[in-house]
Amino acid sequence: MNDRIKKLRRQSLNAKPSVSLERAELLTKFYKSGEAERVSVPVARALAFKYILEHKKICINDGELIVGERGPNPKATPTYPEICTHTLKDFKILNDRRKVSFAVSDKTRKMQKDTIIPFWSGRSIRDRIFEAVDPEWVAAYDAGIFTEFREQRAPGHTVLDDKIYHNGFLDFKRDIEQSIERLDFYNDPEAPAKREQLRAMAIAAGALVLYARRHAKKLSELAAKERDAPRKKELKEMAEICEKVPARAPKTFREALQYYWFVHVGVITELNTWDSFNPGRLDRHLLPFYEKDFKAGILTRERARELLQAFWVKFNNQPAPPKVGVTAEESNTYTDFCLINLGGVKETGEDASNELTYLILDVLEEMRLLQPSSMVQVSKKSPDRLLYRALKIIRTGYGQPSLFNTESIVAELVRQGKTVQDARNGGASGCVETGAFGKESYILTGYFNLTKVLEITLNNGIDPLTGRQIGIKSGDPKKFKTFDELYDAFEKQLQYFIDVKIKGNRIIERLWAEYLPAPFLSILIDDCIVNGKDYNDGGARYNSSYIQGVGLGSITDSLTAINCRVFDKKDISMTAFIKALRANFKGATRLRQVLLDETPKYGNDDDYADDVMRRIFESYFRLIDGRPNTKGGHYRINLLPTTVHVYFGSITGATPDGRKAWEPLSEGISPVQGADRKGPTAVLKSAGKIDHVRTGGTLLNQKFTPSLLADDDSLVKLGHLIRSYFKMDGHHIQFNVVTAETLRKAQKNPEKYKDLIVRVAGYSDYFVDLGVDLQNEIIKRTEHGLI
Amino acid sequence: MANGIIFDIKRYAIHDGPGIRTTAFFKGCPLDCRWCHNPEGKKCEPETIIVRNRRKGSGKYKKREKETFGRMVTVEDLMTEIRKDAIFYDQSCGGITFSGGEPMMQMDFLNAVLRACKSDGFSTALDTCGHAPPDDFERISGLVDFFLYDLKMIDDGRHMKCIGVSNSLILDNLVMLSEKGHRIILRIPLIPGITDTDANLADILKFIESIKNVNEISLLPYNKLGEDKLGKFGMKNILGPLQTQTRAELDLKAARFRSRGYKVQIGG
Repeated sequence: MNDRIKKLRRQSLNAKPSVSLERAELLTKFYKSGEAERVSVPVARALAFKYILEHKKICINDGELIVGERGPNPKATPTYPEICTHTLKDFKILNDRRKVSFAVSDKTRKMQKDTIIPFWSGRSIRDRIFEAVDPEWVAAYDAGIFTEFREQRAPGHTVLDDKIYHNGFLDFKRDIEQSIERLDFYNDPEAPAKREQLRAMAIAAGALVLYARRHAKKLSELAAKERDAPRKKELKEMAEICEKVPARAPKTFREALQYYWFVHVGVITELNTWDSFNPGRLDRHLLPFYEKDFKAGILTRERARELLQAFWVKFNNQPAPPKVGVTAEESNTYTDFCLINLGGVKETGEDASNELTYLILDVLEEMRLLQPSSMVQVSKKSPDRLLYRALKIIRTGYGQPSLFNTESIVAELVRQGKTVQDARNGGASGCVETGAFGKESYILTGYFNLTKVLEITLNNGIDPLTGRQIGIKSGDPKKFKTFDELYDAFEKQLQYFIDVKIKGNRIIERLWAEYLPAPFLSILIDDCIVNGKDYNDGGARYNSSYIQGVGLGSITDSLTAINCRVFDKKDISMTAFIKALRANFKGATRLRQVLLDETPKYGNDDDYADDVMRRIFESYFRLIDGRPNTKGGHYRINLLPTTVHVYFGSITGATPDGRKAWEPLSEGISPVQGADRKGPTAVLKSAGKIDHVRTGGTLLNQKFTPSLLADDDSLVKLGHLIRSYFKMDGHHIQFNVVTAETLRKAQKNPEKYKDLIVRVAGYSDYFVDLGVDLQNEIIKRTEHGLI
Repeated sequence: MANGIIFDIKRYAIHDGPGIRTTAFFKGCPLDCRWCHNPEGKKCEPETIIVRNRRKGSGKYKKREKETFGRMVTVEDLMTEIRKDAIFYDQSCGGITFSGGEPMMQMDFLNAVLRACKSDGFSTALDTCGHAPPDDFERISGLVDFFLYDLKMIDDGRHMKCIGVSNSLILDNLVMLSEKGHRIILRIPLIPGITDTDANLADILKFIESIKNVNEISLLPYNKLGEDKLGKFGMKNILGPLQTQTRAELDLKAARFRSRGYKVQIGG
């Protein structure tokens, strides 16, 4: 790392996250001007976008090579009042809380109170959603059966393909104009609406070019004032680049990075897209530029490294927008889930890893930043060298990169109806979510608490936490004679809550399509321009909606425990069991011990438990997969938690697997914390019994102590372990390589461990920034190093 | 068919030979090593031992708990467990390791399990102390892909004293197996002051240079786990607490063998 990068990295690490109302103020000014009322909704959105980019502060940080900040300064994080308007109480929480805080100044507070709240109250999509959904939906949401992403973040889950490296925004503008010309106003009843969408896209395209040229102007001004000759030259070059891109397609490696970065800022300024917008297959996209520049003698490997490192810093400067309420709890992190994909296969199916793959791995190892996240797609065609290089970084305890199975990703996408080529050009984003990059809108609609549904079932539809009847009456569990009767009741509740969720989703999808189209993002995702439709309204080539199942381990072990103890071994009656659960195992210590130590658990390659898991998977899949959404696409399932298993646990009472009330549930498809006792092969065998190909992603967390990976022979064996899991179609695996002792020390002396990054779920985070429950849970996760 | 008594099955064993392996621990051992770190493997029959759990933080033993070590299994029982990780053996060129205790103490069972493994196409390794009738080795040697052969001491007087038996059978079997061309990885446990002495290591080197076909050596650093177990089982630690060798010490010892052309691994 050279001095410049050291400085940029330090600037980024030291920048304190704060709430910036720059965007909110400009947006409100525009909507108050009355101009929005004279045009269609999409055009108004595009004009608002343009207004923001025209007026926001241009920030050029000292010494930087890639320019463009979402806020006025690094980590000055905007709000999106048209989506959810923070209350003053929210601001107080954000400012005061110890973890993941955002500084809120008095001026900001006043502006929010006097200007932002009065205007957006009742107009934000959050307000509209809560007004439009059914009471059943609200009851389930309040009880913690499911969460809803789109009440405070935009449905944005998507990643870019290679189109920006071949087209400038002037080219996109031309495509948009041609699409308008092709509209058939005589035969297509939607033609007028399409024209509005396309006009909006054209305005948004122009806005980004304008934004880049404002940077060019500012850079020229700085160059004129600069006394240091090399920097002066550099500023001039940067000004020239910002004149060229994104108006035109990039011609050099450096232009390509700067181009992407403007696009990134555009997407995350238009809306607070949840989540993860990123360049995707970066090693593939940049390779032609790298090779060409190298041949031309205008780029060295070291210069490429420096530019990539400068690029990395830009991601780290953009914390995830501050959330409110339940969502703040479910995903408490600064990371915004940008997951750079490396490796994998080319469109033709050949191994895609290349020299840049390794250079980028060097970069992320050296930078050790929270953002962006990174992953390696391991194909059966990937060389072992790639896998071992990745493992060597993982071994250092950084928590990155995570490892994905290319063959599973492709198979999952093809099963969903994508072409093989689109699938091979795809990857995983966010935590583990599969997508056809640049061509798919794949929306995570909310997490689903499978274990809570069992709690409701065991109480005949009542949530014991509140005493409210929130589910259906599925029968008195004390009268069930067989496990099948219990399971049927569970499945009925499951169906009911999934129906409630999907009905609500349909309403929410329409609200977004109607009120908050995303014309800028629509330019970037095929085939919104051709279709004349917005990203939020089914314009993309593929439109998938997900409901993410949480706590597979907990629900499996809970149902297994009832099957084993009540119906098989008959050593406790259902009545006594339910009583013990209500008492949170008070006075039932022996029962709890039997449940914890002598009852089969998922994660041990024991079919007694794993068969129950298979059954739950089939129910969840059958009740969701293939149901239509309102955008011409379908519902799919995936199994990942982010950190919501902590929140879901906090509202779920004691469970039949021996878990005490309010403790976290299991995460992803990992076994319940500490339940796996037979080592990593047994965990992988259990997880391998899930039909990963019928999901859109699963998340498996494994913790290794560094001692187990100290020598290269162990590393090779770990490589075999991963390859074996991928042979079983496993989708993803990630490793936490730290000792519990280190983590405990970090908990006691956080100031000494500020740099400690751990794998939380589908991403890594600073350990000291995590809440104590989550910290404890990470410590508890089975340490395979002890075996 | 013969039944056997095992006291543990360890999956993802990555230090007992090549690849990812499953190690089955057979109960019963003819030796009485002073440093034994698997005391629960000594007796042939299943046994119940009172385990004292060390209380966290303080050095006192507190809780007493009965724990049974060893269970009777059929060949099919063991094979069911072994087969579970087949995909991992295939991927990593791993396989099954039979350890103990001393697997040769349960000849008929071992023979049957080895045959079953071969019929499933699994690679097999036998971790043995070598103290068994030569005919028994003849009987199973064709079913074993390689031997992890423990060699502790050459001086028979000291061997008798510290291990309880003469080493003549052990050395004879080693010579016999090596002459037949079997792959042998010698495992030398380094017990400070006992096996880990200049004189003993020199004797070992001299001995193995006199025989053919032994090219691979594993030096096993002293394992503190044994002391921990003795404490847990309330057994007397005759040797007193010993120190694990430092990395530098181990490298020095390894160099001694390497310089004579042996492939040496530390640990495993």
